[in-house]
Order: sequence, then structure tokens, then C-alpha cells
Amino acid sequence: MSWLAIPYGLVFIFFFFIPLLLTLIVSFWDYNEYSIIPDFIFENYIYIFDNCFTFSNSLCVTFKTYLSTFFFCILAWLFTLLIGFFIAFFLAFYVKTTKWQIVLFLICTIPFWTSNVIRMVSWIPLLGRNGLLNEFLLDLSIISEPQEWFLYSEFSVILALVHLYTLFMIVPIFNSMMRIDYSIIEAAYDAGANWFQVLFFIIVPLCKTGIVIGSIFVITVVMGDFITIGIMGGQQLASIGKIIYVEMSYLQLPSAAANAVILLSITILMIFIMTRLIDIRKEL
Amino acid sequence: MTKKINRRVMLQTTSGFVAASAVTLSAPAIHADGHAVVRYLGTAVNMGDEIEKRLFEDTGIKVKYISKTTDEVTKSILTQPNSFDIVDSEYFSMPKLVPSGNILGMDTTKIKEWDNVTSVFTKGMTPGGKKIGLQGTAPSKVMYLKDNTSKEFSSEPSRWATLIPTVYNADTLGIRPDLINRPINNWSELLNPEFKGKASILNIPSIGIMDAAMVVESMGEYTYPDKGNMTKDEIDLTMKIFTEAKKSGQFRAFWSDFNESVNLMASGETVIQSMWSPAITAVRSQGIPCIYQPLKEGYRAWAAGFGLPATTKGKQADVCYEFINWYLSGWVGAYLNRQGYYSAILPTAQAYMEPYEWDYWMLGKKATKDILSPTGQKLASVGEVRDGGSYEDRMGGVACWNATMDENKYMVRKWNEMIAS
Repeated sequence: MSWLAIPYGLVFIFFFFIPLLLTLIVSFWDYNEYSIIPDFIFENYIYIFDNCFTFSNSLCVTFKTYLSTFFFCILAWLFTLLIGFFIAFFLAFYVKTTKWQIVLFLICTIPFWTSNVIRMVSWIPLLGRNGLLNEFLLDLSIISEPQEWFLYSEFSVILALVHLYTLFMIVPIFNSMMRIDYSIIEAAYDAGANWFQVLFFIIVPLCKTGIVIGSIFVITVVMGDFITIGIMGGQQLASIGKIIYVEMSYLQLPSAAANAVILLSITILMIFIMTRLIDIRKEL
Repeated sequence: MTKKINRRVMLQTTSGFVAASAVTLSAPAIHADGHAVVRYLGTAVNMGDEIEKRLFEDTGIKVKYISKTTDEVTKSILTQPNSFDIVDSEYFSMPKLVPSGNILGMDTTKIKEWDNVTSVFTKGMTPGGKKIGLQGTAPSKVMYLKDNTSKEFSSEPSRWATLIPTVYNADTLGIRPDLINRPINNWSELLNPEFKGKASILNIPSIGIMDAAMVVESMGEYTYPDKGNMTKDEIDLTMKIFTEAKKSGQFRAFWSDFNESVNLMASGETVIQSMWSPAITAVRSQGIPCIYQPLKEGYRAWAAGFGLPATTKGKQADVCYEFINWYLSGWVGAYLNRQGYYSAILPTAQAYMEPYEWDYWMLGKKATKDILSPTGQKLASVGEVRDGGSYEDRMGGVACWNATMDENKYMVRKWNEMIAS
């Protein structure tokens, strides 16, 4: 029955493998203002790592940008995991009827109902200098003057990332939890385990697959993100996606391709490490 | 055999599928339901429904808008020149577009009002004789081609123009007078520590660098021989000053989207920033005071016009010329003037404007009636004067133009470094 895989195989080849191969090829090409020139040069890569290995006291742009992207990645992952896990836990074990599970699931998708522009506009009245949060804290005399770091800061970027991508954690973890045989949990309680022990020694290990799949979603999305980091960071925080975007809009395609190849390699490496830690195939 | 290969050819040779689908999708629809159709590629700035309607009433030509951002318009001309019939592009893109051979010289003998094109474009001076700053890619430098299919600019006027000019303006900083409470007269105020955390600059490198250069000159840090064509050292210097300002928290945010600039200003997150004319109008229409502040060092100007891709030929080209002639015949000119831009053909635009409108927008006189936008919103009350005053004062005060530099590659890279710092 292996021929059943042909349609998907073709889609995969034409829309994934070939474009990727072209990106790889173009990353070795030369370019000028208005065209790209077939060649085989390493300029684009050398350019990216310019000044990176001189061991001067300041980091090069590429390393700095990756560090900042990793920083967002780790924090966004941590918070989406914690929040997502407990939301999934609640949905799977405390919401009894399927109807309510669906209703609550839909509520979790609310962040996706609006466009980026709307979200961008709507954070200002909430977190801005004259926003609701500042006014509320001023009224309670918790702060004496408006706080600027609520918006256009690392804080607001992570807030927005968590707000957006927690759903990507909830879905696979919820899926894993629904497949746990409830009698195992009952057996644990009967054997004298408390709530905490059930959670950490039964449920978490059985949700490993869901956690890894969710983590892959969140990490890959955040690694390539430039819109959320751009908008919530006031365009002042660097991301690799933004650099690629700027290069593309100035038709520096080979340079953008080289950056994309590096970003892709790093992301694939991260996923590779995660799948080594837990064998997704075996667990499914 | 040239080694250079444009990317359209590259696409066709590397991927037959992509090329094939692109060709089918872009087959020109010249006479859908009996009417001539013009596929018009440009930024959304000049694409009003009213213009579309009026065009059809006057000429029977239907226009199909293809709206993209400035950078994407350039990209489309280079990569998909057969996806549109006519393009509305900016003069500063010409040094990129003309050498590609993807746009044709425009035959000025087919343009009825050609002799009336404002001297801003043809001579680099205002009609009143004021000399305009020509630093950067000033339209008068890239106006003419040597011949129809030439890839080189002609310094002498010739029959062939790169673009037929339509609209242009002089840009400056926008401020919130109610939150600043004192006069602002210099570009250097953008980096004044008084506005720490309340300033913004636009994050479009080729335009942002020009604003940055105006600031650096105004601070007295450096005087550029040509702001629009910096050397690597000059780019380093400019970016160093802005990187330090950024690190010390001068900027609340950088903006790259028109709406972002409106929101930053309207919410009071910023009180001084780079801004475009219609954004000021948008803030004001929310009832919030906002001024397009004229500054001592002058304005940064831009200009746009119509060009034809090399693929538009024969009958379809005739339809495009008819469209351009209609565009320049006055009704659209008046429409653009009422938005706060300027029309390239002033006499025809004047014929379509009321004298009190002309006095306000062009002569810098006090409004004697309420000033309305083309869509009917009130922009100014009786007694108000346009920011910056008359056409002569504003265009005469232009210091530089949006530019494509020789060191563009280096500049974009340095700009990225500033964002990452």
C-alpha cells in the first residue's frame, strides 16, 4: 500500500524539498541591486559571521541576534509549557462533558481570531504609557509614575508570544492526556499515591509525546518569528526573521537565503536533540 | 554573452512549473466585457475608489489595482514584469530598475500636458525660481533615458522619460504640540534627551537613513557632501550616533507601517517622530493635535510617477497612455492636492479646485471655509494655515530626496546592526 504515500510525497517534493534546495543553491550566488547572479561563492556566509570569531569584547550582530532569539524561545517555551500543561490537565480531567471541552477549547483559540494589525493596535491601550494597566496601578498607588517597560520591551514580546502560542502546547498535551487509561490513575490512588505523585509519576511521563510535539511547535514558530517580536518590541529588538525580511525586501536574496539556511540548520538541530531525548514514533 | 541573469529568467529556467503558472495567471485581460482594462501596480497611496469610478465614467477604461508596499512594487517589476500593465513607482527606485531593462522609456510626445510638468521635476527648481536641494536621487537626475530601451540615464532632456511624474511631497517630522509645549525648529530635536523614550524613526532603511542624516547634520556632527550617496565611513558615523541614541533609550519604538505611526502618535507613546503627510491627517481626524513641523534644515522629498514594463506593447500601451493623460488632466491632480500631496501638473489641478482650496493648499493662506479631504472629512477650520505654508515654501525648502545609494548593500547591513544593538 506504499503508493498511497505518493500524493503526499509529490507535495512534499514540489513544495518543500525543491524550494529548500533552491534556497540552498541561491545562498551561494552573487547579487547586485536588481538581479542575482549564478556563482559559487561563500561571501554571503562570510558576511554573516563577519567579526564573529575575532574574540573582541563585543559580540557580532549574528551571535547577538541568535542569543536574543534563543532568549525569547526559552522563556516562551517555559511559560507556554507550564500554562499549556495545566490548561490541558484541567480540560482533560476536570471538565466532564465533551460539549464543555469543545466550548473551552474554542475560547483558547480566541487569540487567533484577530489579525496582527488589530492585536498591535489593541495592546497599546492596555499596556501603553497611558494604558489601562498603568492607570490601574497608579490608582492603587503601587507605582508613582507610568511604567514604560510594559510595552515595547522583552516583557511585552514574551507576553504576546505566550498569549499566542500556548494553544500549540495545549492541543498535543491534551491529546496525550485523553489517551491515558483512567484506571491507571485510579490504581495509583488506590495504592496510596497523592495528587502530586499521580501528576508527576503517572501523568507527566505519559504526556511526554504531547509535550515534545508542543515544544517543537512553539520553538520552531518562535525561532522564525519576526512579526510579533517586531510589533511588540517596537521594532527595536532583533530577530533573525526580521533580518531575512529586510534583506528580501532589498532584493538581497542570496544573503537572505544564507541566513535562512543557517536558521533552518539550527532549528533542525534543536528538534533533532529533542527527538533524541524522547522517541516520538515509539510513544505514538 | 552576459553573465547577469534577471530573476524572471532564473525562475523560468530553474522551475518550469513556477514559470508556467506565472504565465497563465498573468495573461493580460485587455478587453474583459468590452472595456479596456489596465492592471495598475503601485502602493495603495493613490488607489482610491473615487479615482477608479471617475476614470471609468470619463474614458471607459477599467482599472485593476494591484496594491503592494514600496519595496514589493520594486520586487514585482524585477521579478514579474508581466504581471501588470502600468506601474506607479518612486524615482529613487530608478537606479535599481533601469539597469534591469524591465521598464521602458516613456514617450513624452504622447503626453498632452508634458510641457506643463512642474519645474521641480524638469529643472530642479520651484515655479517661483527657488533652487531645490538635489541631494539623493532627485527626480531631475533620473528623469530621462538615452532612448526607448536604454539602460542608461541621460543627463540632457530627451524624448524618453523614466517615469511620467504624478505625485510628490516634502516630508518632515510630526510632533504633538500639546505634549511638547514649545517650538520645535530643528531636526536635531529628534535626538534631544528631553524626548527620551518618546521619539521614533521609521524602520525602512532607505528612507530612515535620510531622516537620520538630516538629524546628524542638524546636530552639527557632520556635513555630508551628499546625504543621498554616503560613503561607508559616513554610513558608519550616522549609524553610530543612532545606535548610541537607541541604546540610551531615546526611541519608544521604530515604525514600519503607516498605521503604526498613527497609533504611536495618537496614543501619546511618541511625541516626535518621522511621519508621512496622510498619517498626520489621520491623527488629526481623531481630534488629536498633531503638526507636520517645518524645520530649519528643510524637508526630505519623494516623488512618484507612471512607468510601463517592457512587456506592455501595442494597443495595451496606447490604453496606458490614455490612462496617464486622463490622470494628468486635472481631476486626480485636485484630488491629490486635497490630500496634502502635490500634483505634477499644477495648472490642470487648479482648474478642478475651488479658489479657497487653492489658496489654502498651494498658497499657504488662511482657510476662508472649512477644508475638506477628498472623502469629505474636515481637515482644517476657518482661519487655519497649512503646516509649512505655501508650495513655494515647502518645495523650495527641500534639502534632499529619498535615495538609492551606491553603498546600499552596506547601508542595509549597518541598519540591521543598529536594530540588533
